This record gives sequence, structure tokens and C-alpha cells, in this order.
Amino acid sequence: MSLAEYKGVYVFAQQVDNQISSIAFELIGKGKDLAKDLGTTVTAVLIGSGVKGLADELGEYGADKVIVVDDPELKEYRTEPYTHALASVIEKYKPDVFLIGATAIGRDLGPRVCARVHTGLTADCTQLDIGDFPLVETAGKEQKHNQLLMTRPAFGGNTIATIACPEFRPQMATVRPGVMQKLPKEAGRKAEVEEFNPGFTPNDKYVEIVEIVKAVSNVADIMDAKILVSGGRGVGSPENFKILEELAEAIGGTVSCSRAVVDAGWKPKDLQVGQTGKTVRPHVYFAIGISGAIQHVAGMEEADIIIAINKDESAPIFDVADYGVVGDLNKIVPVLTQKIKEAKAAATK
Amino acid sequence: MKVVVCIKQVPDTKGGVKFKPDGTLDRAAMLTIMNPDDKAGLEAALRLKDQYGAEVTVVTMGLPKAEEVLREAMAMGADKGILVTDRVLGGADTWATSQTIAGALRNLDYDLIITGRQAIDGDTAQVGPQISEHLGIPVISYAQDIKIEGDSVIVQRQYDDRYHILKAKMPCLITALSELNEPRYMTPGGIFDAYQKEVTVWGRNDLKDVLDSNLGLKGSPTQIAKASDKVRKGAGEKVALDPTASVEYIVGKLTEKHVL
Repeated sequence: MSLAEYKGVYVFAQQVDNQISSIAFELIGKGKDLAKDLGTTVTAVLIGSGVKGLADELGEYGADKVIVVDDPELKEYRTEPYTHALASVIEKYKPDVFLIGATAIGRDLGPRVCARVHTGLTADCTQLDIGDFPLVETAGKEQKHNQLLMTRPAFGGNTIATIACPEFRPQMATVRPGVMQKLPKEAGRKAEVEEFNPGFTPNDKYVEIVEIVKAVSNVADIMDAKILVSGGRGVGSPENFKILEELAEAIGGTVSCSRAVVDAGWKPKDLQVGQTGKTVRPHVYFAIGISGAIQHVAGMEEADIIIAINKDESAPIFDVADYGVVGDLNKIVPVLTQKIKEAKAAATK
Repeated sequence: MKVVVCIKQVPDTKGGVKFKPDGTLDRAAMLTIMNPDDKAGLEAALRLKDQYGAEVTVVTMGLPKAEEVLREAMAMGADKGILVTDRVLGGADTWATSQTIAGALRNLDYDLIITGRQAIDGDTAQVGPQISEHLGIPVISYAQDIKIEGDSVIVQRQYDDRYHILKAKMPCLITALSELNEPRYMTPGGIFDAYQKEVTVWGRNDLKDVLDSNLGLKGSPTQIAKASDKVRKGAGEKVALDPTASVEYIVGKLTEKHVL
């Protein structure tokens, strides 16, 4: 493989039900930074059925070019036809860098594609830079420039590693949603749009979708919330989440929860914060009755202000909280809700 | 019906995390466990054994010590254990690991391969789908329910806001979520049997149709530039007051930070 043939930063523009997922815009945003360092452009790869009309939106968020693979076989996400689409795009266009969201789709698609095109894939990255590999000059080893340096947590968030892929292309990473910043939307900005169809021939690998069951959820996406009121096992019961909901309503926030709460069946999975849930970075994060296991902390430590209420003074959540309150949440939260209501009422007078 | 389950011995990062005095991770002091998602995958396989009389083989790749995790699986009810271990396989990234395991699996008959979705040490979720690609079989990731129907498998596949019920013709690879089930315990009889049974040990030469250039550190496309223990933001303030004063304290901070 001649590495020099591979050029440009590409991102997988995930769509579900013909709506572009937020992660696609985040990847374009980060891709623009990388492309600037590399002196190249950002191409979004849009895969689906009847999706061509979505290309303009990708342009408005900064994509310079959009490659559209549109085919009826691609209506719903399925591993094989999507892998075929993406692997064919990589073989034809030869990208230098390829970013995919670390979503329930991307974490299936990414490994299958990289295994097909024979390159490396770094999972769940939280930071991407362009730099040298090895980082410092080492005797007897060529130092390569303009490499993608992919940084990710491992060991349940206890360690952090920076990884490169110096001998294979594209340099591929899945990127954790909610970590990279999207650019402001620029109305009317156009991307060059190109259609490409590698042809789809169903075989045994085309798994059949028997049924699609959408979670009935009218709750706001916790990843978009500016204030999160998050409860853990310490809340005690599903009924008792009511006091958190009242606090959230008073302060203009959204309720989220820890894994223990989802495991206990008190709240749905889409409200779960943490390593196996969602990564959030709200302005304010209330951790109420949450002990603060490392897997939880990994999903919320980037919040600007963390306020913890827990009756166990040795709970690890206090190690990351900006403001920790040792005490009984049942006595504190309802009063806090009342005081916030009063403060808001006073402010509007 | 033959089911192969791929399992991994991992350090227990949940609760059992130990640090050295200098603040770095003390791996040697940490207990090892069977990776939770893999254990759920094993339980799913054992249920197929209970229901359909499936033969369950467990495969692991690791240091010779990883035999422990195979014994545990056999004590839970797995029929056979295969340990893939060889110096030349060390330092593998997910590409080289999946090549190794695919090379081992090519020696076996299987209708279903089950792996955990991800291991708690690396958290990549890549090896299962990569194995399936190397073997040229379909993959269904993130399985939260598995049923057999004739020569096909019916799986509930979890997504962020929905699930799909998928039907795939076997052979097929499935990656299991720990939410899939509650794994059974080892039984005293099972533990006894597990130590009577033989664990098959395979090295590099037992792997089928794999190039040396795809194995171990040398065969790994990704390379570590730097690894360090994570520097966390330090603890902030902590107060223990009566409820009224606690509320005043929080309201005070929210006001100071212009949240209110």
C-alpha cells in the first residue's frame, strides 16, 4: 500500500430514520480541525435510502464534500450492506483519516469495515490530534509526521492511551458522542455532492430485520441538557425519583441516572450516564444518591459544575464533585427545589 | 448444535481498582475475573445447552494463567476448553487478536459463535465483529435476547433508542450484552468435573490460515504512542451540614456561578 495515495479527512454521517445524528456534525467539526492541520478537506459519507436531500445540511455544518450512497438495501442499518458501502467508498476514494461515531451503529460498523479493508481502528476516542509518531525522535526508528494521534480511556477510565496507525490507511477511529464540538450552522453553505453506488447483492450475511421496536420515549436527550439532575441507587425507589423530577423542573433541567438505576429497572437505558451509557457534559450536573463508580464518572466528569449529595461521606463521587454535600437526599432535595422556585420567582419580579 | 464462546480473563476494574502509592494503577494487585459481557454470552450458550443439548466450547487467548477462566466456564457447564497461548501472539491489538481467534476457530465446527460485546479492560467492542468478518459470517452485535428457530437465530439487537429483531442464518456470530441474563454460579460438582476435564492448549502452529504478518505486536496496525494513568480533576469542597444549611450552601453556589 502506498500511504501517500491516501488523502483527506472523511467522516461517517450517521442517519437514523433519514435524520442526521448529532454525532455526524460533531465529527465534521473535529474533522475540520484535523483537515486544517493536514492542509486538506472534510468529506462526509452519507449512507441510506432516499437520503440525498440530507447532504445540504452536512454542508451547512462544514462538510466540503458529501459522498452519497443511496440504495433501498440501506433503508435501515444492517451490518453487511453498510459495511459493503463504506468499505467500497474507502477502496475507491482512499481517505487518509476516517472517523465514525462510537454509537451502537458505529461500534458495529467500524470494526467490520476495518477488518475488511485491513487497517487499524481505535475505539471510543475522546481526543484527536495531528502529530508525530513516535512522539519523540527515537534512534533507529523513523519518525513519521502528520499522523492521526487518537486518545482514549481504557481500564474503565483509569488509564488513558494515545494510539497511532502509522503503516496502514485509512487511520480509523470511532469517536465518543458528545465530546467533540460541532460548528455553528452556516445557512446556505453548500458542499460538493457526489453519488456513488457499489451495487448491493443480498447474501446470507444480509441479516433479515423481522421487526423494529422503537422505545417509547418522549424524554429529552440527556446529551443535549444544560442541567442534569441525576439519581443513583441511593434514591431508593422508582417512586422517589419524583423529588428529582421536581428539582429538574424547578431549575430547568433533565433527569438522568446511573447504571444501577437502569439495572434495577427504575429508569430506561436512554437516561443512563456512564461508560456503558451516555457521555454528558452539561453546565451543571447534580449527582444525587450516586456513589460515583469509575464507570459513572467517566461519563460525566467533563461537566462544568458537579454538585453531589450523598449520605456516605466516603463515596467516590466526592472526589470529582466541585461541591459535595454529605447528607440525606430526602431531606435536602425537596427543600432545595422549594428554595430554587423561590429564587426564580424573586428574579422575575 | 455446536456453540463456541470466546471469553477473556480481565482485571476487575469495577470496585477492585488498586493504585500504587505514586497514584499509578497496580495491575498485579488487582483480581482477575471472567469478563462480564463474556459471562453473559456463556450463560446464553449454556441455556442453549439446557434447551437443545448444544455442545459448548469455550476459547480464550491469553497468558497460560488464563486457563483459570476456562476452568470457571467448565465449572459453570461448558463442555470443552481451548487456551490459545504463545509468546508470538503477545502485544496484539484488536486486528491481530481477532486474526488469532479466527485462526483458532477455523479448526472447530460451530453453528453459533458468541462473544461478549466488549471487555472491561479495553472497552473496544471490536474483536467480535472483526472475527466474524475474518470468518466471512454474519454478525449481530449488542444482543439482548437469543432464540433458535430451525437453522436460524433470532436476536434482539439493542440500539440507542430502539431494538431490532433480527433473523440470521447460522453459522453466525453474536456479541452479548451483560444485560442479556443473570449468569449461573459454578456448582461443586461442576468445579470437580472442570478439573477432571482437559483444557486443550494451542500455540501459533495450531492456528489455521493466518499469516505471521497478522499476528502479535508486529501484526498490529495500531501502536501505542503514549499510555498514562488518567489525571483526574481534584476533589472540590465537601461540607456536612444540617439540611437547611446544606440547601443554603447549594443555592449559594448556584447563585455565585450564575446558574440562578
